[in-house]
Amino acid sequence: MPRMLPLVPSLPDSASGYGLLARYDGPGVLLHACEQVRDAGYRRWDAHTPYPVHGLDRAMGLSSSVLPWIVLVCGLGGAAAAFGLQTWVHERAYPLVISGKPFFAWPAFVPVTFEVGVLFGALAAVFGMLGLNRLPMHHHPLFRSDAFGRASDDGFFISIESWDPKFDLGRTAALLERSGAASVERIES
Amino acid sequence: MSPKPHEMGHDPAAVDPALVSIPHDHPWARLPYVFAACGAVGVLASLGLVWGSVVEPAQFFFSWLTSFLYFLSLALGGMFFVLVSYVTRASWSVVVRRLAESAMATIPLFLVLFVPLVFGMHALFHWTDADAVAHDHLLQAKQPYLNTTFFVVRALVYFACWIGIATWFLRQSRLQDHGDASGRITDRMVKVSAPALVAFSVTVSFAAIDWIMTLDAHWYSTIFGVYFFAGSTVGIFALLILLAAAMGRAGLLGGTVTVEHFHDLGKMLFAFTVFWAYIGFSQYFLIWYGNIPEETVWYVHRTEGSWAAVTATLAWGHFAVPFLFLMPRTVKRRTGLLAVGAVWMLLMHLVDLYWLIMPVLHSHDAHLSVVDVTSLVGIGGLFLGAVLFVLRRQPVVPVRDPRLAESLSFENV
Repeated sequence: MPRMLPLVPSLPDSASGYGLLARYDGPGVLLHACEQVRDAGYRRWDAHTPYPVHGLDRAMGLSSSVLPWIVLVCGLGGAAAAFGLQTWVHERAYPLVISGKPFFAWPAFVPVTFEVGVLFGALAAVFGMLGLNRLPMHHHPLFRSDAFGRASDDGFFISIESWDPKFDLGRTAALLERSGAASVERIES
Repeated sequence: MSPKPHEMGHDPAAVDPALVSIPHDHPWARLPYVFAACGAVGVLASLGLVWGSVVEPAQFFFSWLTSFLYFLSLALGGMFFVLVSYVTRASWSVVVRRLAESAMATIPLFLVLFVPLVFGMHALFHWTDADAVAHDHLLQAKQPYLNTTFFVVRALVYFACWIGIATWFLRQSRLQDHGDASGRITDRMVKVSAPALVAFSVTVSFAAIDWIMTLDAHWYSTIFGVYFFAGSTVGIFALLILLAAAMGRAGLLGGTVTVEHFHDLGKMLFAFTVFWAYIGFSQYFLIWYGNIPEETVWYVHRTEGSWAAVTATLAWGHFAVPFLFLMPRTVKRRTGLLAVGAVWMLLMHLVDLYWLIMPVLHSHDAHLSVVDVTSLVGIGGLFLGAVLFVLRRQPVVPVRDPRLAESLSFENV
C-alpha cells in the first residue's frame, strides 16, 4: 500500500504546526537523509526534489503504488462494458442483419472493445493518479516557507508532518539536523 | 534529445574486456562445437529420411522451410534490434546488443540453408507447375512476378542486403572494441542505420510474401510482411532474454546485464506480443468482414479439423495467456519467471510459423512428421552454434561503446 495521507488529518498539535521542513544541498545527501528518516520509523513524511532522483523510492521505503491495479480493473471493466453493450444492442435491442453476419458477430465488436478498454484505462490512470495524490490542491502549508520555492530549482527537501506518531518537535528537528540538513524550519499549519 | 556520443565525458572502457569474454577453457567455449555437431546430425538425418524414402519429398521441403524460416526470423529479429538501437540512439540496450549482433551475423549460414529450397520449389510452390499455370488465369496474370528466375533473383537480392547489413554493422562494432573512443564509429552507424532499416523492412516484407504467402498463390494479404516481422521481433526478444539469463548465470557477462535490462527486454517482449496479436487480428478481421471466397479460403483451411485447435492455441497461447503473464512488473524483474515466458513465446513463434506453412501441405488435419523434428534440430543446432561461435570471437559486450556507461547505470523509473 502507498503511504496515504488521511483526507482530514487528526487535529494537529497546535504547538507543532504542520511539521518540519529540512533543506539539503544535493540529491546524494538527501538520499542518505531519507534512509535515516525511513529507518527512524516515520510514516507521514515526503521528499521534494527539482527532478526525479533514481533510488528515492527505495531510500524512502515506498512500496509500489495501487495505481496499476486501478488501471487494470477500469481497463478490463471498460472493455467488458463495451463488449456487453454491443452484444446487447445487436442481439436484443436492435437485431439487424448486417452484411450477412450473425447477430452475435464478435469479431466486429473487437475494435470498439479494445478502444473503450484503452480509454477507460487511460482515464483511470490520470484521475487515479490525481486522486491518490490528493490533487488538485489549491494550497499547501509548505508553501508558507520561502525556501520551499527552491524545490523547483536547486533545493532538495524533506517534510515531516506533525501528526506522524513518531513526531516530536525537538527530537525530529535533531534527527533532520544530524542527517545533514542545510537548514530546518517549522511550518505553521 | 540525448547528447551525441562524442560529446559525452564517460570513460569509454567502462568494462574490462576480460570480464565479458568467453575464456578458452570455459565450458561455453566448447558449446559452439556441440551445437554444430547436433546441427550436422539433424541435417544429415533429415536428408537421410528423404533419401531413404521414409518421408515424402514434399514433407521434407515443407518441414525444412518451416525450420529455415523459424531460425532466419530470429536472425532477422536480431538485425532489427541492432538497427533500431542505433537509429534511436538507445543506451539501455548497449549491454545486450552484442548478443543481437551475433544472432544477425548468422545470416550467411541461411544462404546455404536456402539451397535445398531452390531444389524443392516444385514441391513447395504450386505456381511453378506449368500445367497448373496453363489452366489458371490468376496464375498467368501473376507470372511476371511469380516465376522461377525472378524468385531466385529476389532471394539473392534479399540475402545480399541482409549479409551486407549484418557484416558491416558487426565489423564496425568490433572495430570500436579496439580503441577508437571518440564515438565517430557509432555516429557513422547511426547514419547508416536509417537507410538500412528501410532496406530491411522492404526485403523482409517481400521475403515473407515470396516464401510463405505464395505457397497459396491465389491468396494475398497486404499486411502479411508485417505479420511475419511481428513474430520475428517476439522471437528475438525471447531469445535475448534466454541468452542473457544463461550467460549471466554462467558468469560470462561480468554483471553488466542487470534486472533493469531484463525488465526492459520483458517490456519489449510484452509489447511485441501485443503487436503480433494486433496485426494478426487486423488481417483476420478485414478478411472475415469482406467475406470474399478467394481470401477467406486461407482461414477456412486453418479452422478445419485439427487446424482449428492450432488456431485456438495461437490465439490463447501467443496472445491471451502471455498478455496477462508478462504484464506484471514482478514477472519482468524475476529472471526465472521471465525466462519461462521467453521459452513459451519461442515455442509459440514456432507454432505460428508451422500454422502459416503446413496447412498448405496437410490441408485438413495437422500431421507432425519426424522430419519436422530433425530439420528443427539440424537448422537450430547450426544457428545456435554459429551464434555462440561469433560470441566467442570477441567480448560479449561492446566494451568501448560510447553509451556503455549509460547502459550500465540504466534504471527504470
